[in-house]
Amino acid sequence: MKTYTYTEKKDTRSGFGAGLAELGRTNANVVALCADLIGSLKMNQFIDENPERFFQIGIAEANMMGIAAGLTIGGKIPFTGTFANFSTGRVYDQIRQSIAYSNKNVKICASHAGLTLGEDGATHQILEDIGLMKMLPGMVVINTCDYNQTKAATIAIADYDGPVYLRFGRPAVPVFMPEDQVFEIGKAIQLQEGSDVTIVATGHLVWEALEAAKALHEKGISAEVINIHTIKPLDDKAILDSVAKTGCIVTAEEHNFLGGLGESVARVLALNNPTPQEFVATNDTFGESGTPAQLMDKYGLNSTAIIEKALKAIARK
Amino acid sequence: MSNKKLHDLTTQVRRDILRMVHKVNSGHPGGSLGCAEFLVALYTNIMNRKEGFDMDGVDEDLFFLSNGHISPVFYSVLAHSGYFPVEELNTFRLLNSRLQGHPTTHEGLPGIRIASGSLGQGLSVAIGAAQTKKLNKDSNLIYSLHGDGELQEGQNWEAIMYASAKNIDNLIATVDLNGKQIDGATDDVLPMGSIKGKFEAFDWTVIEIENGNDIEAILKGMATAKGATGKGKPVCVLLKTMMGNGVDFMMHTHAWHGKAPNDDQLESALNQNPETLGDY
Repeated sequence: MKTYTYTEKKDTRSGFGAGLAELGRTNANVVALCADLIGSLKMNQFIDENPERFFQIGIAEANMMGIAAGLTIGGKIPFTGTFANFSTGRVYDQIRQSIAYSNKNVKICASHAGLTLGEDGATHQILEDIGLMKMLPGMVVINTCDYNQTKAATIAIADYDGPVYLRFGRPAVPVFMPEDQVFEIGKAIQLQEGSDVTIVATGHLVWEALEAAKALHEKGISAEVINIHTIKPLDDKAILDSVAKTGCIVTAEEHNFLGGLGESVARVLALNNPTPQEFVATNDTFGESGTPAQLMDKYGLNSTAIIEKALKAIARK
Repeated sequence: MSNKKLHDLTTQVRRDILRMVHKVNSGHPGGSLGCAEFLVALYTNIMNRKEGFDMDGVDEDLFFLSNGHISPVFYSVLAHSGYFPVEELNTFRLLNSRLQGHPTTHEGLPGIRIASGSLGQGLSVAIGAAQTKKLNKDSNLIYSLHGDGELQEGQNWEAIMYASAKNIDNLIATVDLNGKQIDGATDDVLPMGSIKGKFEAFDWTVIEIENGNDIEAILKGMATAKGATGKGKPVCVLLKTMMGNGVDFMMHTHAWHGKAPNDDQLESALNQNPETLGDY
């Protein structure tokens, strides 16, 4: 079993900020927009280095999405930055018509996704955004797991021609993915090889899946862990290859089970290889105020929950 | 293009609009007829356009239609401007057509740069395109057209506030002031007060065209608008038009906003607009 360690915890949004800053230096067509959340999105460095390529929109997300769509006409690659809630639900029709249906090369970059936004509570903790975005034809949906992966994904999506939703978060979490990784959209990463159960995790739940696999190993259970940063297009083959070995699966995400990664995986399995599946996700509910750790514990989104669901999945084989 | 030719083209565009919506018994003739003179003048005499079409539209003026439901007039003018064959107007709203009910880039129709139909989004898009022009040091202009009822959508006011704050002075946004929307007069549905006063309060330069169905008045007003660009402020043109213009029974009512004429009504409407350039 591979050992994963970390020397520091960092927020994934800072990975976005670092990736955007690098793009500012390497790609003259990249422009950035923000709706009054520069500090929260860690966009300062890009702005300091490229003030003429940054657009402060003010608290007007609908206008931001439309302007981003317009900026693409003439060759710019706009990156919008605001919280996940204001990047999706608030502006769904603007994204649907002006970006997705119009096939505009806009990168919708969304921080503070999910419960780990914490104390601000349910008004800001969107748990439906993956579903909203993956339902839009042509939209790529990515949810990264740590600082390094978020930085790599930010850089990679500039080279992809088409609309992308990039989801990341607020809290400092272990940095365990390699700094020099090449980020391939739609390509799952196997973190642990195993034979008893497959754990497919995205975002902040990837580290929790590794912790769960370690604990399961101590119980004599061999868990395969897949880091599935891209929810759409989904790496069907990686999932099918894995369950062909393990015979059961747990999906783990910081999102409602309705519309999330788990449902996408369930569809692949139903069509190709019906397999017992358990879901680590929120259960059709809004969040609430609390610390990120308290919330992830209360709503069953941590390694403890993954272990429990893994045992349940194995029992159903 | 001479004024005589502009008038002939406008009459032909009216016939196109009427025949398109009649054939599929759907679509929006009222606002389309009201904007025929404006779009004809824009595409023939006002905009600086290149031959052919590419999405980026570098080194030419660009136009964005925000009130996408007046697609019949847009399609007719685009076809007569050479973006696609005029005969293709025959496929309006049919299955597998590039001429969807509302304009879209999705089917690859040349001349269209953004989907519109869900109202209130076009001004933001036009502003984005204007900012890219500035970044590219492209001195050409962005034109856009919006319905007056459409201004009830809040996104417009975000965009109107932004455009003056950011000195988007390479943009001429025209509002079709026909005073009507689906449910009736805009003053009855949701009175908006002085639209001129509102744009001026948001620090735009406002140009009024009192007779927006008079080609000479449009050319004069738009020349004034063009002269107002590059001075630090976005430019708004308030174009007073008659919904259903050119067809007597479609004027002075909101009834033809989204209704097609029947066979008899079509005959009467076409008789009022005799063929000029030849029907498709």
